[in-house]
Amino acid sequence: MPPRGMAVRIPYFPTRLSMDFSIASILLLDGMTNGAIYALLGLATVLVFTVTRVIFIPQGEFVAYGALTLAMLQSGKTPGTVWLLLILATMASLMECIERWRHHGNIPRALKSGLKPLLFPVAIALVSIWAAPQQFPLGVQALLSVAIVAAFGPLVYRVAYQSLEAATPLVLLIVSVGVHFAMTGLGLLFFGAEGFRNPTFWDERFALGPVTLSGQTVIIFAVSLALIVLLWLYFEKSLRGKALRATAVNRTGARLMGISTHTSGQLTFLMAALIGALSGLLIGPTTTVFYDSGFLIGLKGFVAAVIAGLSSYPGALVGALFVGIVEAFGAFWASAFKEVIVFTLILPILLVRSLRSGHSDEEH
Amino acid sequence: MKLKKTLLALAITATASTAALADINIGVSLALTGPGSGLGIPMQKQLQLFPKTIGGEKVNLIILDDATDPGKGAANARRFVTEDKVDLIFGSCITAVAAAMTDVASEAGTVQVAGSPVGVPPGKDKWLFRLPQSNTVMGHAVVEHMKKQGVKTVGFLGYTDAYGQQWLDAVGPMLDKAGIKLVGTERFARADTSVTPQALKLTSANPDAILVVASGSGAAMPQLGLVDRGYKGKIYQTHAAATPDLPRVGGKAVEGTFVVSGPALLGDQLADNHPSKKMAMDFVQKFEAAHGANTRNQFAGHSYDFQVAMEKAIPLALKKAKPGTPQFRSALRDSLETMGRTVFAHGVMNWTADDHWGYTLETGVMTKVVDGKFKVE
Repeated sequence: MPPRGMAVRIPYFPTRLSMDFSIASILLLDGMTNGAIYALLGLATVLVFTVTRVIFIPQGEFVAYGALTLAMLQSGKTPGTVWLLLILATMASLMECIERWRHHGNIPRALKSGLKPLLFPVAIALVSIWAAPQQFPLGVQALLSVAIVAAFGPLVYRVAYQSLEAATPLVLLIVSVGVHFAMTGLGLLFFGAEGFRNPTFWDERFALGPVTLSGQTVIIFAVSLALIVLLWLYFEKSLRGKALRATAVNRTGARLMGISTHTSGQLTFLMAALIGALSGLLIGPTTTVFYDSGFLIGLKGFVAAVIAGLSSYPGALVGALFVGIVEAFGAFWASAFKEVIVFTLILPILLVRSLRSGHSDEEH
Repeated sequence: MKLKKTLLALAITATASTAALADINIGVSLALTGPGSGLGIPMQKQLQLFPKTIGGEKVNLIILDDATDPGKGAANARRFVTEDKVDLIFGSCITAVAAAMTDVASEAGTVQVAGSPVGVPPGKDKWLFRLPQSNTVMGHAVVEHMKKQGVKTVGFLGYTDAYGQQWLDAVGPMLDKAGIKLVGTERFARADTSVTPQALKLTSANPDAILVVASGSGAAMPQLGLVDRGYKGKIYQTHAAATPDLPRVGGKAVEGTFVVSGPALLGDQLADNHPSKKMAMDFVQKFEAAHGANTRNQFAGHSYDFQVAMEKAIPLALKKAKPGTPQFRSALRDSLETMGRTVFAHGVMNWTADDHWGYTLETGVMTKVVDGKFKVE
């Protein structure tokens, strides 16, 4: 037997395989499928940053929470996220009460305002506790998972960010790092160290030349596209969407026009959590999701958002598809350096962006 | 809470009794909290069955929690050697924590029996003995099985971390020697959303077998990726994948997979002439009698093996010196090195002066996934 601990270096054997049309199209499809998920997360990152100036690192955690909450419901157990939701809601309610009381000194009014952040989470929690052992169809459980995880959004904003609204983006970034660690740690506590894979929503396969399109892939594209269109409609057509845009453009101006920054922030986080949970449901059937899987996925969404300068939605979409495709081809040519390739991309992009825009932006 | 109290009581009684010079004191540091607690708690459960006396001498276990924290582990080790003046240290179950304890133990000239595969180079591990199997031993079983199955070409699909690299380093030369060609090495990370590109590349090379190097439920995703790309050859998995999580997540796609495993949990399935059969069955039977049916756990098996090693080494060391003295500590080290072939629940151990990993090549057992269960081949 060779002596132990002696490192025997194995030369890297690149599998010899030339690129042809069919391989390229399979890789392209794989890259675009992942890119569609990154696009959703990139959009959420841009959304959160423009409205609240928070660089929301825990965006990916909602992905893992969404997928794992559904996995727990699938096994007939009450997901741990429900308890966390109740704890967070209680904290948010107490914070609200105390703040109101200190402002107005009016106890009944303070108690009444403290009820508001409790209502929706408690309702969701009760429904989940009742529904968990009933083994409802997959669609119902998926809806419930999205509702549970989406409810986290406003609460996370209330507890972690709301009192720091006026702080610099750097302070908010540090808070984000803290929230990320807290959410990952709690994920380990609630879901355990092992991963889960969810059942597919649509078990169909279509052959398109060399490419087989699975039903899940179709769903990923359809849902991503629908969400992007919905977001666009929301910001262009609805009053609330316009209010969010106004907050994004000029916070002080928006406040002078009677737009509450608290409400804008909570609404934004609700949407971010909703998008995260949906992304989790979308990737749950295609890979094994662990409590800490969300971070890397979210980070790739973040790279996409950075490509878009954290400000443009179409830019984030293009950036995300680009990241997904680079990842697929990178994994094909040099799988050991896949992440290196994806994350090194950010350097030339930042360089080009900073050379082009100079230092005119006031926020970054 | 109850656990904490028991620990406290254990620690107090143990510290109080260090005054009695003739007793043998063993310092145990395990991850009872933190991310590694899934390994530490079963090991601690098995230690509840540890004998009170060995070779006529009273044995005290001083169990401390290292919270899966290397700093805490080093502090525990320092406490063991300075305050408790232990004769031997057992732990930790986590590689990084055990590695942090190694320097303290060897400085103080105290044997450390680690429950994790600490990768200290030979020569620097004079006071360190490991209980888990090395990848070389497990790789041997894999390559032997491949030879028997007539495999000529192999693809490698493994984690981009130390586990993947160690396996590649271990099986590479063995495959070479067996005349099996490694036609592709692809890497992936546990949190990846897809292995399609890697699977595409490996399956187009169409090797007879693909070795997947991953752990627990993370081992299912790459295999599903390969099956999805229409790969029909044999798939091998490593001992880190030999947990119920592989069939739980992988479902039908992992049926027929060859998974190498230690013998500890497979006692009832082993052939009668397998050296570890008796020990493995004894371990499972006693552990499940104390902690309930179907609670068997490979990490608890390491605690069982620790007991077997102590029952053999301590009487040998007692002939040379009195417990509590530096002479006894080095006598313990010498007897672990010279006690020769010892049958464990996890395989056959043979620590020597040059080899502190020690498992002989008969250790690895090849299993096949049949109906979501591991069946010995």
